[in-house]
Amino acid sequence: MNAIISVVGKDSVGILSKVSCACADSGVNIVEVNQSVLRDMFAMLMLVELNKDDVAIDELREKLAKVEKETNTKIHVMHEDIFNSMHRI
Amino acid sequence: MLETRDILETINMIDNENLDVRTITMGISLLDCMDEDVDKASVKVYDKVCRYAQDLVKTGEDIEKEYGIPIINKRISVSPIGMIAAPCQSKNVVKFAKSLDKAAGELGVNFIGGYSALVQKGFSSGDYAVIDSIPEALDITERICSSVNIGSTKAGLNMDAVKMMGKVIKQTAERTADRDCIGAAKLVVFCNAPEDNPFMAGAFHGTGEADCVINVGVSGPGVVRAALAKNGKDKSIDEIADLIKRTAFKITRMGQLVAKEASRRLCVPFGIVDLSLAPTPAVGDSVAYILEEMGLETCGCHGTTAALALLNDAVKKGGVMASSHVGGLSGAFIPVSEDAGMIAAAKKGALDITKLESMTAVCSVGLDMIVVPGDISEEKISAIIADEAAIGMVNSKTTAVRLIPAIGKNAGDELSFGGLLGTGPVMPVRDGDPSEFINRCGRLPAPLQSLKN
Repeated sequence: MNAIISVVGKDSVGILSKVSCACADSGVNIVEVNQSVLRDMFAMLMLVELNKDDVAIDELREKLAKVEKETNTKIHVMHEDIFNSMHRI
Repeated sequence: MLETRDILETINMIDNENLDVRTITMGISLLDCMDEDVDKASVKVYDKVCRYAQDLVKTGEDIEKEYGIPIINKRISVSPIGMIAAPCQSKNVVKFAKSLDKAAGELGVNFIGGYSALVQKGFSSGDYAVIDSIPEALDITERICSSVNIGSTKAGLNMDAVKMMGKVIKQTAERTADRDCIGAAKLVVFCNAPEDNPFMAGAFHGTGEADCVINVGVSGPGVVRAALAKNGKDKSIDEIADLIKRTAFKITRMGQLVAKEASRRLCVPFGIVDLSLAPTPAVGDSVAYILEEMGLETCGCHGTTAALALLNDAVKKGGVMASSHVGGLSGAFIPVSEDAGMIAAAKKGALDITKLESMTAVCSVGLDMIVVPGDISEEKISAIIADEAAIGMVNSKTTAVRLIPAIGKNAGDELSFGGLLGTGPVMPVRDGDPSEFINRCGRLPAPLQSLKN
């Protein structure tokens, strides 16, 4: 399945690196990244590929929850289908 | 890739605007559980419900985790027990309630609906037994929800049942008076009850339904209110209607996705998505606040009925296109105790029972979660039911009454049910005694379907 990881918060050093490390540790492949910094607000969206047999979404969430605390940002992991169904006809 | 704005909008809806899937409700037919022996029948009921719904809660939780969408309730609705109890020689039908409650507890669902009777035209022996046992059933169980359909546009109103229900509601409140009269909050009286409604307390599994089916109820008053607050300023009514339609579309698409996924994983046919705006006591998740966002000083002032009609219609129009099958109650709910804005309006006297009655003529349910003084007479409750049912019958729509007589309390006091059921101020009812009218009994004839003026 594909999921979208969103990271929003105040910009600081190493957010991208910490999020990608959490992904790599969970065996999650990053397909696409879209990142912007507006003033000092950091917003990043990642399209990732989760191989269901290897990685549980729970595990990834746990790891990202730690990153969320460390970086003082808000991180969500949601199935790509939600956005497709809500915003595409 | 998807647009950043769209992704952030969805996340914001869930995080800050209380968007959720309110309920995944599994409908289970119990028609094959009938037996002359009430004990045998209730064992069959227990076994079937446990067998069919064993994976319901886990599947709901899995979808919630995987998709990142809050799914608040997992529930079950069953065939009306009045029908299942018909062949039983013993009329100790409360055994069905105990079995269902036990099954619900073991399965981890918070409510199970279907302790119901459909008596719009008349009673079978099972219906009598079930209605008679409602006060006891709602007293001794935790998770049972009960509903009685006392009228329809085709059949008219069964005024015998209307009279009975006044008494049953009062008795139910009295038996649960030590628990803030919670029993009456789980009892609904319907006119034109829908057979595929996933929302409690009125959910039951209709006789025309498949053996087992998955229905989903979406919610999101907070999302609609926020959309109006952000983009609705200085807009005309047409533009407001369009904005609501677009928002309802998005909410319903999410419900449709969850419904399809739940149905696939449970190997149970998908029934319907009920695209209702169901408020919760959480601040911001209120239908009343949507009406106020449209420009009313307070919910209940003149203009409220028109604003609600606009909201109800726009929600349906937006939602219908987003789902392959829409059903249930679909529209805007106005349960007083479950809606922070309604509670506030009722407390300051801006919203009374007569205004609520006129609002029910244009929204999807009826007089819902209204706390009335504990000394209200049974006949007066019946008369309120008759009034509300008449609106539904004449307008070919569902109407319902869920009144909670606050035993030992009067106007100015309040009842607190906790959780999604909220807190309700005691609302005064009108003076005047309708006893003679109610005690006439009989049937109120079905209305003419032409010459509509």
